[in-house]
Amino acid sequence: MSGRVGIIGIGQSNFQPRRNDAAYPDLVREAVVIAMRDAGLEFDEIEAVVYSLSPDAMVGIGTAERLGVDAVGARNKRFLRINTGGATGISSVATAWTHIASGACDVVLTAGADKVGECGDSQTVLNKIWDPMYERSLPLGTINMLAMSAVRYAHKYGMTQEDMARVVVKNRRHASKNPHAHLRTETTIEEVLASRMISWPVKLFDCCPQSSGGCAMVLASERWIRQRGLEAVWITGLAHSSETYYLGDRMGRGYTADHADAHALKASFKKSYAMAGIKDPRKQVHAAELYAPFSNTEFHSIEAADLADLGASPAMIREGAFALGANAGAVVNPSGGVLCTNAIAVTAMVRVAEAALQVWGRAGERQIKGARVGIASGNGGDHQFFGTMVVEA
Amino acid sequence: MELLKRQEDWKITYTHALGETASWFYVQIRDHAKIYGKRDAKSGRVLVPPRAFSDQTLEPTTDWVEVGPGGVIEAFTIVYDKFNNLPDPPYAFGYVMLDGADTALGGFFKGVELTNGEEAAKRLAIGTRVVTRFAEKRIGDVLDFWFEPVSS
Repeated sequence: MSGRVGIIGIGQSNFQPRRNDAAYPDLVREAVVIAMRDAGLEFDEIEAVVYSLSPDAMVGIGTAERLGVDAVGARNKRFLRINTGGATGISSVATAWTHIASGACDVVLTAGADKVGECGDSQTVLNKIWDPMYERSLPLGTINMLAMSAVRYAHKYGMTQEDMARVVVKNRRHASKNPHAHLRTETTIEEVLASRMISWPVKLFDCCPQSSGGCAMVLASERWIRQRGLEAVWITGLAHSSETYYLGDRMGRGYTADHADAHALKASFKKSYAMAGIKDPRKQVHAAELYAPFSNTEFHSIEAADLADLGASPAMIREGAFALGANAGAVVNPSGGVLCTNAIAVTAMVRVAEAALQVWGRAGERQIKGARVGIASGNGGDHQFFGTMVVEA
Repeated sequence: MELLKRQEDWKITYTHALGETASWFYVQIRDHAKIYGKRDAKSGRVLVPPRAFSDQTLEPTTDWVEVGPGGVIEAFTIVYDKFNNLPDPPYAFGYVMLDGADTALGGFFKGVELTNGEEAAKRLAIGTRVVTRFAEKRIGDVLDFWFEPVSS
């Protein structure tokens, strides 16, 4: 591959519970316009569009990319929809990267939007991701699935509900500084612990919200960026790794992955770090935007990103690590993370966008001083599809 | 300005074929109240629920192996909130490694008082011995059986 791939434009909505003023394609358009303005490009200069859209039933429009194609200006252009569930957004950025890294294109737009708040039955939709042979009759959903991960993690490493609450308190504080975040009110450990139990041990405040909004990014080849004298930050490492389907295979005897942890995410980070030449992430990473829709899953994500040993992150958060203003090490989810904003189709793209803004020095009140290296991740399926990225100034 | 909304319900009907492996598994549950796994000859692991092939070796599984009815809890959750189109709370479900199996099977937990989460979570702790109970009337589904902690 000749030269690197850079990020030259970023657009995000200010995410909200509902957007009654905007139909689905309007929300996609909103993010695209911001990203195009940010890059200073005209639509004619975009050669391909990668469309970020997770399960159709969440927006309630079958193959909704048909409708979105107008909002991204894809007429007469390469157009490709990506869906890896919750990982969709980072998979879309990776696909845009591939178009450029392969030499097929110089400038690629990736964009999408979600209106999760319009789906009254999101856990019904997510229950349908399980197979009709064996598991559909069980009340599986993403909350219940990851509550079981919490139970296993607590059993293995001694995590408490108070530890989980500390993650919420940290991320809400971060989100209060992020105008794009959906839940921006600060909270306390007591308030989290007093919120109603949803799926043991996950309480209401341990859960992400259902958000509406869009995200878009413009990527280009280093050669093209240099020719035009544009500003950019660079994707220096990226990878994906997958886990097999059955949750019950991630426990029992002779398993290759424990449902407490995130083995495939760890494998993906390892590959991303190797590509970026990062040898000691605990010293080298400044900003970590890790996909964690429930408070407990931030712990195994931190450990999969090798920012902590297995089972060690709850104690580190107890001592103030990973928070904005911490003395040392990476800040985890300076944007407030998925816990404060989840528009599923673009959530993992927002992770890359926020990591990019940090290393670009454009993260406003949530800026980590001197951030030069950022990482991002996305998780999709039944804790199955993991994408990771390293972005650098 | 006045902003309008439109409500919709999707009601879509499917008739899913379960295939040879799941069909045989459910017939044993329905007709004999017995749970079987299938062995991956290469690794020796008994997969429950049975798969036609192993996700680890990618070889076809070979012989059927009866598992349970005893087993050990590997994961659980207790649901206290109502989700549309899912059962009325509270209920407990999770995964059990049945005796003779190498992977865990999903099912409901019954015989545990769920009002107090803290207490119920102790009764369902990982490692707890359970026994499989079968409904009298069985249709060939995972809801034909459930797990109950064995009183010590």
